[in-house]
Amino acid sequence: MNFDDTPQEAEFRATARAWIGANAPKQYEEELRKSSLGRTQLKNANILEVAKAWQKKKADAGWACLHWPKEYGGRGSSPIERVIWQQEEGPFGQLSRMFIIGHGMCGPTMMAFAREEHKRTYLPPLASGEKVWCQLFSEPAGGSDVAGLRTRAEKEGDDWVINGQKIWTSGAHYSDYGILLTRTDPTVPKHKGLTMFFLDMKSPGVEVRPIKQASGASDFNEVYFTNVRIPDHQRLGEVGDGWNVSLTTLMNERSAIGAAVSTGFPELFEYCSSLMLDDGPAIEDRAVRSKLANWAVKASGLKYTSMRAISALSRGERPGPENSIGKLVAGSMVQDVATYALDLQGASGVVSGSEDAELAGRFQAMLLRAPGTRVEGGTDEIMRNIIAERVLGLPGDIRVDKDVPFNKIPTKGRG
Amino acid sequence: MNFDFSDDQKQLRDQARKFLTEKCSPKAVRVVLDGKAPYDKELWKGLAEMGFLGVAIPEDFGGAGAGHLELCVIAEEMGRANAPVPFSSTVYLAAEALLIAGSDAQKKKWLPAIASGEAIGTLALFEGKGNPSPKNVKLTAANGVLNGVKKPVADGAIADFAVVAARTGSSGRDGDVSLFLVDLKAGGAEVKSLTNLDPTRGQAEITFRDCKAEPLGATGEGWSILTQVLDRAAVLCAFEQVGGSDRALEMGRDYALDRIAFGRQIGSFQAVKHMLADMYVSATLARSNSYYGAWALSTNAGELPEAAAAARISATQAFQHCAKNNIQVHGGMGFTWEFDCHMYYRRANAMALGLGSLTYWEDQLIDRMRKKNAA
Repeated sequence: MNFDDTPQEAEFRATARAWIGANAPKQYEEELRKSSLGRTQLKNANILEVAKAWQKKKADAGWACLHWPKEYGGRGSSPIERVIWQQEEGPFGQLSRMFIIGHGMCGPTMMAFAREEHKRTYLPPLASGEKVWCQLFSEPAGGSDVAGLRTRAEKEGDDWVINGQKIWTSGAHYSDYGILLTRTDPTVPKHKGLTMFFLDMKSPGVEVRPIKQASGASDFNEVYFTNVRIPDHQRLGEVGDGWNVSLTTLMNERSAIGAAVSTGFPELFEYCSSLMLDDGPAIEDRAVRSKLANWAVKASGLKYTSMRAISALSRGERPGPENSIGKLVAGSMVQDVATYALDLQGASGVVSGSEDAELAGRFQAMLLRAPGTRVEGGTDEIMRNIIAERVLGLPGDIRVDKDVPFNKIPTKGRG
Repeated sequence: MNFDFSDDQKQLRDQARKFLTEKCSPKAVRVVLDGKAPYDKELWKGLAEMGFLGVAIPEDFGGAGAGHLELCVIAEEMGRANAPVPFSSTVYLAAEALLIAGSDAQKKKWLPAIASGEAIGTLALFEGKGNPSPKNVKLTAANGVLNGVKKPVADGAIADFAVVAARTGSSGRDGDVSLFLVDLKAGGAEVKSLTNLDPTRGQAEITFRDCKAEPLGATGEGWSILTQVLDRAAVLCAFEQVGGSDRALEMGRDYALDRIAFGRQIGSFQAVKHMLADMYVSATLARSNSYYGAWALSTNAGELPEAAAAARISATQAFQHCAKNNIQVHGGMGFTWEFDCHMYYRRANAMALGLGSLTYWEDQLIDRMRKKNAA
């Protein structure tokens, strides 16, 4: 049992570290290091531009999408090298957030299902950040029940004509392309009538409307499709096989988001270490210490769970299922942490413009963004189902709509 | 990086599991639970023969000379089997105290006897209510004899010797405490069994009256040695707790698959599935924290104090959580004497107190994290 690199790993780490040291946008390092859930913007620069510039620089030097094959813009690295890169990239990795969907989900789906010429055309600019991709799955009528989606694709000659609406599409407002899950046959049971495509987000008939979130920010969008035409060669997988194609994407989504999600613990520990309460320093207070200790062991438990998965990668094995707990644990934890940080401030916790504005604002932003982390990429309830079914081997939910043609499934709960 | 046990260590774990499945069935545990024996003597003998008691004891002192990682994997299996033997008192506490502070003669006398299963040892620290603290050590040592009362002492009624914390100064500092080694069979120590939460591991009150004792480690070093012993034991106990958590989770899972209600397997109801998923989450966090503790223990890293406290808290919480909800999944049957669920519930809650309660370890963890940050 050790945390040591193998000689090859150490060599890779040294090369990566040297390149990052010489090339990373250091002027933003401190600000990126201090970013926390709900507060990820840069004060004096457009983070989108900074992120794109960093991604392009990495791509030009062969450091983008490390685990992708070289011909598609990657480096052909092993999974462990990708992890080492992330460790070395540190706070600059925050700049990869806007590419997570494209690199973590759209790219792998394209790689598995697109035609060779499309892979060679579309993947390198996706890897280099010159083109941004989004994922168009969720709908007003299909959230956790993704397969309940209603956006129609109908064949007309060599094209498919798309009509419908998507929702919760991260980054659609700055995306160039998207992968789109549609219903091509409403007369068969829901999982069987789906087909996947990719499309140009600038296509006529695509309209993106930002959603104003409970936090006030807009990270997600509604996307409307009105007679949008997609050529058949942009279909991913067979007609009617969209559900299986989407599983490739979703499995990648869960691991990608799970890896990036924050617990809020370092922020809270730092805050409590300097905060004065009525009776003295917060960190000396018994109740505060008990709370901190309980969150500390969750945070360290997640850290070392991911170390175990990384060790499996290092040995060239597939990590076990234990990493599936990451998002579930961190999501509700960050919400509780933010609530508690405000509680410690007493009545003034409600104000963001006080003398503690910087800190109060930080935890308020965290609090307001946190509910989303428990929903996106699989709700807490879906994550528990996944653990119960795939890890513990418990029976799947009883699905009353399983063998019913999609157009015969009830659409209203009451009335 | 390989943050995992080696193939040899995993093999040892399998071997321990096989042995314990055979020799330590729930039926065997119940003999002790029902008060028909103070501990499972046959099992103890078998553990000695397998080399498990002395796995971390150097060969020079009659052990296998493997290491703490090997001891961790065995500990996990001991917890999974709910073994009714004085393993933690003897191996994690008494033997570790000897390894840290014992003179050559002391080690020669006791360590081979531990490894061969001839001697049961324990740590006599507590004196009634309260967590580990130099202030709570009232038993006195003067002129080579001890006077005072220790309780609860884990496995005290069956122990052959004890490491005893005694007061040797009155400065109000940690240096007031020294450790002593007492041969409990040599007279001067009166032992009384106490009724306790988990009858598969006894607790006792020991009254020392002018009881002869020899110093273990230097005078005034007792608290510093004890802190190290407790940290090591925290990691090793965490592995027992991880083993117990896993077993309780498996029992709940199996029952959820077998039991039919409302015409379905109860494991198909989300309320039950989600409860089991949450148990898996706790058990996984505990396992990962414990692995870090194992790494720190085996390398004697500077991170051990923090890692031990984190492992202790996480594993205590997980075992309590899994044992409690295992009963809930079983419904009424889980609350019967006949079903095994309560054995894990008892063990989980007794282990949560043995080395000091959660409150104590939470406090320790934050202190240690602050120290690290300040450094």
